[in-house]
Amino acid sequence: MSFTVRKDDATGVVHVRIDGQLIVGNRHDLKKKVLDAMDEGERKIVIDFTETGYIDSSGLGVLVSLSKKIREVGGDLRLAGLNDDLRTLFELTKLDTLFTIMGSAEEAAGSF
Amino acid sequence: MTAPLRLYVRRSETPEPDSDARRVQISLRVPTDLDVVEETVDLVARHCLACGVPPRAARFIVRVVLCETLANAIVHGNQMDPSKRVEVRVEVGSSEVSLHVRDEGNGFNPGLIPDPTEPDRIDLTQGRGLFLIRQLVDEVHFNERGNAICMIMRRE
Repeated sequence: MSFTVRKDDATGVVHVRIDGQLIVGNRHDLKKKVLDAMDEGERKIVIDFTETGYIDSSGLGVLVSLSKKIREVGGDLRLAGLNDDLRTLFELTKLDTLFTIMGSAEEAAGSF
Repeated sequence: MTAPLRLYVRRSETPEPDSDARRVQISLRVPTDLDVVEETVDLVARHCLACGVPPRAARFIVRVVLCETLANAIVHGNQMDPSKRVEVRVEVGSSEVSLHVRDEGNGFNPGLIPDPTEPDRIDLTQGRGLFLIRQLVDEVHFNERGNAICMIMRRE
């Protein structure tokens, strides 16, 4: 599994793509990458789940934590590319009411 | 560098009562190490797929609920003590799949875990694991001590 961070200079949006799983064993890596981007002044973050297999509750918890931290500094986090299974996890836990979830990463980037 | 995975795996088949079908079982002894969770989960999911469990159940539900229970067993049950192990037993029968996970901890009372979807808990960063398990499988049982869980998925 890996995380890819890419900034679109035209829009100022940082795209974080999760390849593989977001689970207890790697959630801190994702948190560090996003916090590092925030430390560099980035405020528009899209997390792209197009290539993500599954997420566990600790992965969901990290997303909640990041969402809070980004909002605290006046930024915003968008989620994109969730397949039906992943979207089910957000719906079951009602986290779909906490996050802005868009269909594609491009759509999410255009929504800031 | 991640320590090499040391899983003890045992596979057996037994006939099901009143049927020609066979019940396939694998047992795994998993070290108390979060780095082995993903590989253990993948191994069990592949086993379920090979036994004919529908792809969505094997690739998604089994992975999520086993990941949750292993993480709980390693972190809360065994409290990261490397001298302890987590026992995993998976049985695939013609009508259901059962996943059993047991740690060496003191157990907990699952009835005391609050609903993470309540408005005052929705933005907490933890406490969703058991809730997700209950939502994704058909039955969840604990032993009296609270250190062993059994999750049952019916095969439709």
